Amino acid sequence: MNSSMLLSITTFVYALASVFYIASWTFKKDILSKTGMFILVAGFTGNTVGIVLRWIESYQLGYGRAPLTNMYESLVFFSWTMAALYLFVEYKYRERIIGVFATPLIFLAIAYASLSPSISSRITPLIPALQSNWLIAHVVTCFLGYAGFAVAFGFSIMYLMKPDMPGPGSLMSRLPSFDTIDELIYQMVMFGFLFLTIGIITGSVWANSAWGTYWSWDPKETWSLITWFVYAILIHLRLMRGWHGRRISWVSIIGFMAVLFTYFGVNLLPGLHSYAFLTLDFLPILS
Amino acid sequence: MTKKISKTRAGNPVWNFFTSVKLTVVVLLLLASTSVIGTLIPQNSSEAFYIQKYGEVFYNLFSSLDIFDMYGSWWFILLLVLLSINIVVCSMDKLTNTWKIIFPQKVNFNIERFRRLKIRECFDIKGDVNDALARCEGIVRGEWQTTVKEDAVLKEGAVSKENALSQDSTGKTLMGGGVIFAESGRWTRLGVYVVHVSVLLMLAGAVAGSVWGYKSFVAIPEGETVGGSYLRGTNEYIPFGFDLRCNSFSVTFYDTGHPEEFKSSLTVIKEGEDVLTSDIVVNDPLRYGGLSFYQSSYGTHSARNVALKITSSGSGMSYVKVVEFGQTIDMPESAGTFTLNEFVRGYNFRGHDLGEGFVGTFIPASPMGDRGDESMGIQRDESMGDKGDQNVVSPGVEVYMPLKFPSFDKMRRGEFIFEVDSYEKKYYTGLQVTKDPGVWYVYAGFVLMIMGCWITFFMSHRQICVEITPKPGGIGVTIYGTSTRNSQGMKLKVMRLAKKLKTP
Repeated sequence: MNSSMLLSITTFVYALASVFYIASWTFKKDILSKTGMFILVAGFTGNTVGIVLRWIESYQLGYGRAPLTNMYESLVFFSWTMAALYLFVEYKYRERIIGVFATPLIFLAIAYASLSPSISSRITPLIPALQSNWLIAHVVTCFLGYAGFAVAFGFSIMYLMKPDMPGPGSLMSRLPSFDTIDELIYQMVMFGFLFLTIGIITGSVWANSAWGTYWSWDPKETWSLITWFVYAILIHLRLMRGWHGRRISWVSIIGFMAVLFTYFGVNLLPGLHSYAFLTLDFLPILS
Repeated sequence: MTKKISKTRAGNPVWNFFTSVKLTVVVLLLLASTSVIGTLIPQNSSEAFYIQKYGEVFYNLFSSLDIFDMYGSWWFILLLVLLSINIVVCSMDKLTNTWKIIFPQKVNFNIERFRRLKIRECFDIKGDVNDALARCEGIVRGEWQTTVKEDAVLKEGAVSKENALSQDSTGKTLMGGGVIFAESGRWTRLGVYVVHVSVLLMLAGAVAGSVWGYKSFVAIPEGETVGGSYLRGTNEYIPFGFDLRCNSFSVTFYDTGHPEEFKSSLTVIKEGEDVLTSDIVVNDPLRYGGLSFYQSSYGTHSARNVALKITSSGSGMSYVKVVEFGQTIDMPESAGTFTLNEFVRGYNFRGHDLGEGFVGTFIPASPMGDRGDESMGIQRDESMGDKGDQNVVSPGVEVYMPLKFPSFDKMRRGEFIFEVDSYEKKYYTGLQVTKDPGVWYVYAGFVLMIMGCWITFFMSHRQICVEITPKPGGIGVTIYGTSTRNSQGMKLKVMRLAKKLKTP
């Protein structure tokens, strides 16, 4: 059993967890969502072991590096951070049905990694520019931030779906109260914002030690800053202008679109960050 | 005095403009949306590139709007200046009003404010009111920073005679029971100002860096010394104030062919003395004298220990001779001398570039001995940076040994065939040299930003209030809680306290 196989299995476990959460919501059976939670924990365990195994494999290949350096690994880690954050939220808020809006995202990220033919799961060695302790700090914090925004996105969808007057006993009436969802969205955004901030900062310090410039306006950097601006706007609107509920949900959705573009879209633009670029014989030549 | 100032400020339209959060939101929106442009249109490329890509008309339009260097354009800088003024003015405006809230001389509580709160737990317990009050105070004091206890005070007549226990000197009726207030983290209200100061620090650091700093580049061949570098863009020469020698450069590869490490050994030389020797790799620059030297690129400069295989056409014998640049060796079979002149990047042979190779001069012992034929049309490509004049003066024959075509010299049909057997590459290392006196302000801003965000998002000013009133047959307890943030956390805190009070 190697790590890619284990992670492929994890993909299906996450899919199963989503199915259980959704079934619990539609069939109004709490036992299903509880089972879903246990399956999710199982998937999370598989995800964790898969990442650790991949780390060990890289040592066996003689490269010895953290499994956080290419598109495949980052997607797998993205699922991991979302699963960890979601499980924490479910535990803390004792709301289970919200899993309907979070677990599909966890599944989608790892499914894209495992199933997309354009994403290679091969373990490649680290080129000099990536050999830095800042790598781990940068990737971990960025993806914790992305996870916060992703879960906030799921909850925003939930908020917008819930009608003002859900019929008693209806599907929608089983969702948490507006106040709770609103608070959940904001909590997740704050979590994401803190970690995106730390992610940008660690990336910046890293760039300064590798290239001698802490900010070069490369497309990935710029897009992460754009994302940061969008969520900074959200926070100001909420704290200073009293925006809540639907309006904040929309801003959170726009913010997540910026996250997705920062993550995937930027790879289509040229720059230091493009993963396709990094796997080639890439020299850190600035000129 | 402060009141007077804030009044005049409040009437000032400029001040009002800059205190508005609307301005903040608008500026952030503009920064976010305009930043997109620079990620779609490549920045700081050549004029020819832009004209080819966008055409003359759009080139002129974009050019007049500084789109090709938009992050340094006047309008983008203006947005950043607006943001900075907005931050300063907003923070001053808010701080003058909230400073007293954050640092009160005496902490005051208002029970009426708590009675309006949503987060509350109401329950009854048994036992003596004063005991309950004392026990509650003990628990609260252990967990909260500041605790204030007040006896329940009700205006005369507001309570029935049975419940009134005593009267104080002012004639107010004192009831049994009382109210306990407690709070923690009042200072965390400052967190948001820390965040805003951090943004200003970063911007100040960036300005300092661009005014007093520079980014430049220099390539140093192994074993050679330079005293300065060339600015990016203008190519202006900037002296370091000391000399820098590249002792060696090395590159290693993984078995997959990916580069593993680029390493330069550098020595700082001051007034002719070696001051410091240090190895640099990509993520580990050399810092000296306010400058930082980053491993940025490399290339082949020339070679050393060049082993030449010299084959005599007459005897058929092959000889291997090791030679350095500029060195003249005696040819085997006493056929004359050979000088290895230089390493060239390109060599023009009948209109074809033969690529990297070695150039030498063979001087036969007897001038007519070698049948080196000028009509072969071997000609040095002057544009490729070769001096070549010594060869014109020299009576000998120029020999070119390209790396790609080892047996090229055979075509000359000379008395001897020269071939490069082996050599050691002599690299040059490409260094990015930067001076950035602002970087420490930026880093200080980073630290403050993280601290400020942490304080603002994960810490809060929390207040609770426990109201204990005697009731027929027991004691009524109500716990209220409020927090500047995270009402869920506060809810849990209130519930936990309730649980503690319920269990005797």
